[in-house]
Amino acid sequence: MHASGQTLNGSEIFIESLRRENVEYIFGYPGGSLLKVYETLFDVKDIQHILVRHEQGATHMAEGYARATGKPGVVLVTSGPGATNTVTGIANAYMDSSPMVVFTGQVPSSLIGNDAFQEADIVGITRPITKHNFLVKDVKELAATISKAFYLATTGRPGPVLVDMPKDILNASCIFEWPETVEIRGFKPTIKCHINQVEKAAQKIAASKRPLFYIGGGVISAEASEELQKLAIQLNIPVTMTLQGLGAFPGNHPLSMGMLGMHGTYWANQAVNRCDLLIAVGARFDDRVTGKVETFAPQAYKIHNDIDPTNVDKNVKVDLPVVGDAQNFLAGLLEVMPETIENRDPWLAEINAWREQCPLTYSNEEDMLRTEFVIEEVSKQTKGNAVVVTDVGQHQMWTSQFYTFINPRSIITSGGLGTMGYGLPAAIGAAFGIKDRPVVLFCGDGGFMMNIQELVTAVHHKIPIKIFLINNSFLGMVRQWQELFHKEKYSFTDLGDSNPDFVKVAEAFGCRALKADNPDTAKAAIVEALAWNDGPILVDFRVVKKDMVFPMVPAGGSISDMLLARLNPKTMV
Amino acid sequence: MKHLISVLVENKFGSLNRVAAMFSARGFNLESISIGETEDAEISRMTIVTRGEDQIISQVLKQLNRLVDTIKVIDLTRQPHVERELLLMTLKLTKTQQHEIFELINVFKGKVVDIKQKSITIEVIGSPEKINTTIDIFRGYGIKELARSGAVAIHRGE
Repeated sequence: MHASGQTLNGSEIFIESLRRENVEYIFGYPGGSLLKVYETLFDVKDIQHILVRHEQGATHMAEGYARATGKPGVVLVTSGPGATNTVTGIANAYMDSSPMVVFTGQVPSSLIGNDAFQEADIVGITRPITKHNFLVKDVKELAATISKAFYLATTGRPGPVLVDMPKDILNASCIFEWPETVEIRGFKPTIKCHINQVEKAAQKIAASKRPLFYIGGGVISAEASEELQKLAIQLNIPVTMTLQGLGAFPGNHPLSMGMLGMHGTYWANQAVNRCDLLIAVGARFDDRVTGKVETFAPQAYKIHNDIDPTNVDKNVKVDLPVVGDAQNFLAGLLEVMPETIENRDPWLAEINAWREQCPLTYSNEEDMLRTEFVIEEVSKQTKGNAVVVTDVGQHQMWTSQFYTFINPRSIITSGGLGTMGYGLPAAIGAAFGIKDRPVVLFCGDGGFMMNIQELVTAVHHKIPIKIFLINNSFLGMVRQWQELFHKEKYSFTDLGDSNPDFVKVAEAFGCRALKADNPDTAKAAIVEALAWNDGPILVDFRVVKKDMVFPMVPAGGSISDMLLARLNPKTMV
Repeated sequence: MKHLISVLVENKFGSLNRVAAMFSARGFNLESISIGETEDAEISRMTIVTRGEDQIISQVLKQLNRLVDTIKVIDLTRQPHVERELLLMTLKLTKTQQHEIFELINVFKGKVVDIKQKSITIEVIGSPEKINTTIDIFRGYGIKELARSGAVAIHRGE
């Protein structure tokens, strides 16, 4: 460690600043503009650099790490293509509010704007997909900029921040001064909720006959699950969660209603339709949740707590906005809650009737392997204790339905952006952060191919992730929409003829691999995979080809009108 | 309805771009935007003219506030304020119309800033509505070129 007041070069300042921010891992890839940093990094022992195989992989790894641990993920890539390859990962972290700091090398200051070799205006490119970004123009500003970047990424609504560092800045020297505090006059997020609003909310909650919690990822990033559980159980209020909110409330508790929205449970969506009070916490009324906004929770008085004021009244007009941190809001409610509370038993009975009417179910024949079965089996065998990472598509929705999430920070998934290829690197990143719980990945055969190169990273570092490849030889979710809404024209979604043999591919990467094509072999493969900790293991589950995710709200429809099953029952093989 | 928003931002490269990019990314209407230094060299003032229903304007204000470089956002629309725009305009000058043109310049309290054999350049300062009227009236006299500054505005003093 270098003390403040020493003369250091930009690269040393960079490393020293990461030390001050307690960074454990850098997910990175070297290149021309970063040679000096990598020269310094060569002898650094207390920060581990993880060499990825594509810069997009680095960003998803950093995000997986961030979501699993709550700490900011750190990415280091070179200028030009290195920087542009991070764009999808940054956009993903922005949409899902994950704390991340991306450091990009840049061509020397004197060449910026000259179309130099490996130059890209990454600050311009990433402006709309970062919380904020910086171009460092003087080595004297480097340490302060890095400290600002970490502060911005982790304070208020978390998000990605990018710091662009020209080559000459990394070579220049100055006296290292680490700022003890960060002051940004244009950035003052409201953490503490206004007490009057909290009191009003408490009164509404106490007086409601049919209240419903609608919980989003904000509760997880605010570490407010405990407060939520206390409040919901004490007041007998059912809880529905968004994809990112799953795990904020234990899925095995009778008050848990699972996910709401497009592929949410029938009873959760019916409850939204019928509730007289909707308490949205750390959720943003996304279109996949609301369906047609005009008919969303039509009878409900709506309370909305969010740390980002722009989320309030953005998609749905609410009656009582409460800007502030979710933990502060929920803890505040516990304090000021009136003693007399309406009886919710009739409401819970109503919900249970819906639950019995249309439970989440699937048929499971002996010779046919269904994704629902695989996920449910993994849920049973891991007792809901795994960190579950998904890619994007049908398997992701089935994970939300058939994996019982017990704890917060248990689902890591690309929600807002819906990035195929997210799963594998995110799982690797999560496994770097979490060593005492199994990390399982559910990934489709389409998405797996999109960042398959990172299998090398997992093998090289002996990362014991369980890669459960849900292989239906189709881009399943697109295929589902084609079947339902596009005249069954399976346009470019059939991968059957072109997919490789994933077992052989995995083995060529040095990864252990198994195959399963019926419930018995699947069960055994899951047992084997969960017991294997000497590096990654892949199971190629050959699931039925034409399965569909139900229930489903067609895009733009009212969430009270769900398709509950296939209209024309057909073979799924 | 039309809204006049004054925004104090950090006087840094990219600040204007962040605001303009936010408007286009969110699909907000941006009628005019002008920017210049304030009494404090580290702070610039932007004056933005936009249109939208109340719900949209409330989003515009919140999104502006959310930008890290933004220090303060004030919707001047319903507050006492002064709003001005500068118009520079070059007109064709013909013997027959010369007299009328000079009279109109007086009517609009304009100034002649340049005059040549066949053209005359004038400046007019006023509210954007006055500038619109000025342009409409002079259209009949052959406008060769014009430039508008966009509105700048400030709170009325106490």
